[in-house]
Amino acid sequence: MSRHTRLALAAAATVGALVMTACGGGGASDTVGGDAQNAGAKTGTINLYAYAVPKVGYDKVIPAFNKTEAGKGVQFQQSYGASGDQSRKVEAGATADFVNFSVEPDITRLVDAGLVAKDWNANQYKGIPFGSVVTIVVRKGNPKGIKDWDDLLKPGVEIVTPNPFSSGSAKWNLLAPYAAKSDGGKNPQAGLDYIEKLVTGHVKVQPKSGREATETFLQGTGDVLLSYENEALFAERSGDPVEHVTPPTTFKIENPTAVLTKSKNYAKAKAFNDFLFTPEAQKLWAQAGFRPVDPTVAKEFAADFPQPTKLWTIDDLGGWKTVDGTLFKKETGAIALIYDKATS
Amino acid sequence: MTTTTNHARRGDTSTEGSSLPPRPHLPLGDGADSLPAAPPSSRRTGVARPLGVGLVGLWLSVLVLLPLAALTVTSLGEGIGGFWHAVSAPVALASLRVTVLVAAIVAVVNAVMGTLIAWVLVRDDFPGKRIVNALIDLPFALPTIVASIVLLSLYGPNSPIHIHLNATQPGLLVALAFVTLPFVVRSVQPVLIEVDREVEEAAASLGASNWTTFRRVVLPTLAPAVISGTGLAFARAIGEYGSVVLIGGNIPRKTQVASQYIQQQIEIDRPLNAAAVSVVLLAIAFVTLFVLRLFAGRSLRREEDAQ
Repeated sequence: MSRHTRLALAAAATVGALVMTACGGGGASDTVGGDAQNAGAKTGTINLYAYAVPKVGYDKVIPAFNKTEAGKGVQFQQSYGASGDQSRKVEAGATADFVNFSVEPDITRLVDAGLVAKDWNANQYKGIPFGSVVTIVVRKGNPKGIKDWDDLLKPGVEIVTPNPFSSGSAKWNLLAPYAAKSDGGKNPQAGLDYIEKLVTGHVKVQPKSGREATETFLQGTGDVLLSYENEALFAERSGDPVEHVTPPTTFKIENPTAVLTKSKNYAKAKAFNDFLFTPEAQKLWAQAGFRPVDPTVAKEFAADFPQPTKLWTIDDLGGWKTVDGTLFKKETGAIALIYDKATS
Repeated sequence: MTTTTNHARRGDTSTEGSSLPPRPHLPLGDGADSLPAAPPSSRRTGVARPLGVGLVGLWLSVLVLLPLAALTVTSLGEGIGGFWHAVSAPVALASLRVTVLVAAIVAVVNAVMGTLIAWVLVRDDFPGKRIVNALIDLPFALPTIVASIVLLSLYGPNSPIHIHLNATQPGLLVALAFVTLPFVVRSVQPVLIEVDREVEEAAASLGASNWTTFRRVVLPTLAPAVISGTGLAFARAIGEYGSVVLIGGNIPRKTQVASQYIQQQIEIDRPLNAAAVSVVLLAIAFVTLFVLRLFAGRSLRREEDAQ
């Protein structure tokens, strides 16, 4: 081995050691994020982080936004996944300009982390551009005769619903029968008893998100899928052999959006968020199967979205702060405990 | 010609003491004269050796040892009790059980089928042999998620042949057998090519049946290669994710494998559980490879003694 080769090797080893030390500082991931942000500012890219199912809506809304004055040339970098998982990723430093989660606590997490302004829900719709209701999806022809929450507890009925520790959809799915059985939270024990029977006896799989739950169900697992009405409509419209039954008493789903304060592209992201509330976008959401919040548009599409006999809301149960703390908080929440016991 | 290269390799192996898989070995026909007499390391004195060792050490540390140490530290974030609690959760245990069981079955199936395939490819001639030979490596080249999609379209709910394997353990078996196919074939094949067929002919002419010849003459030669291929297939199977993610169904206690459990624990924000099960998986893989090396080393030695 020649002297030069040795020197080269020594140099390589030294460089290697230096690189290692530099990486040890923990700067690596920051740099990556920084680059992406700068790129975003230059080209007018909005990084969109959303829960798993609204992609079908954004596929309509984004082209419409691009046609408006404010949205010209704006590109979108879209990421969809389990609501809680997405929220934790943004909290951990993923570059996002605009977020849309299934449940409010996933936005609150970002408020607590200083990433979203405290007044994110100050507009007249409380930061919620669209919603849905919890519905029961069954196989075509409803072979098990499922009509209401009690039918789910029939022996042998297998239910697909996602994992509430990662999915927002899962929280809504469990809140619906909980509210129905507890008379809107007045009798919590009755609600929890139902949830315990449901989770312990009938839920066999834990997909991570509402979308994955749909995929699991469509691939043949289970008799019943609990899901968003919009997701049920989406599956039916794409020709999958399923149908949905909205129980007489169910739950109003409200899916919030927010803009990140530190966004490099704040003005565009804000414009996009505002656009979602315009009648034009509201109609597009309605066409994609989501319940619009604009009263005029809602009236127009009333035939598509039948009103259940009783629709409980998160406010009836005391708001997300209370609900999350008492029911879903890891290791102390009542439903979290039931879930942990049944699935670990 | 093969003899010389083989010995050169073996000389290296014996001086450095670690290289996977164990090199093929000729049963007969090479006398003691060709065994390496002098250590070939005389040219490697001076600065280069510590430097080389240092470089290898650094490289392995950055790539392997440090991440593994970090993982182990994470898994012990809540002490031994926390680690034990995470690992002994029924669903975690079930996922490990499913993983090891399915991987073990796949490894055994591979040992038999892989050896058979290698045998046919080396000893038999048939039209299209080169294409088949090339096909063997396909599972290596194919992204594993593609394997999953392929299997799903064939055995899924819309199966054209009406075989439904999705979300069942047989589905897992098929997926893992597919991705681990090349391991045994590719480690047995070169050994089989170099095997001296005269020994088999001698055994036959002495009246040994085909089975006896295979068992007493061929198998001992192939054993180290079969074992190391099987071990690698097993180790690969216990960590496999992509190929089972679509066909497996991810049903806890039934078809959820450890890698899927780990992924799920990350998604529901329980990194400690994920790290703990990862450490167990790692330990299983390590012990497997270690034990197989012992076995392979022993049969190699036994063979050397026999000469």
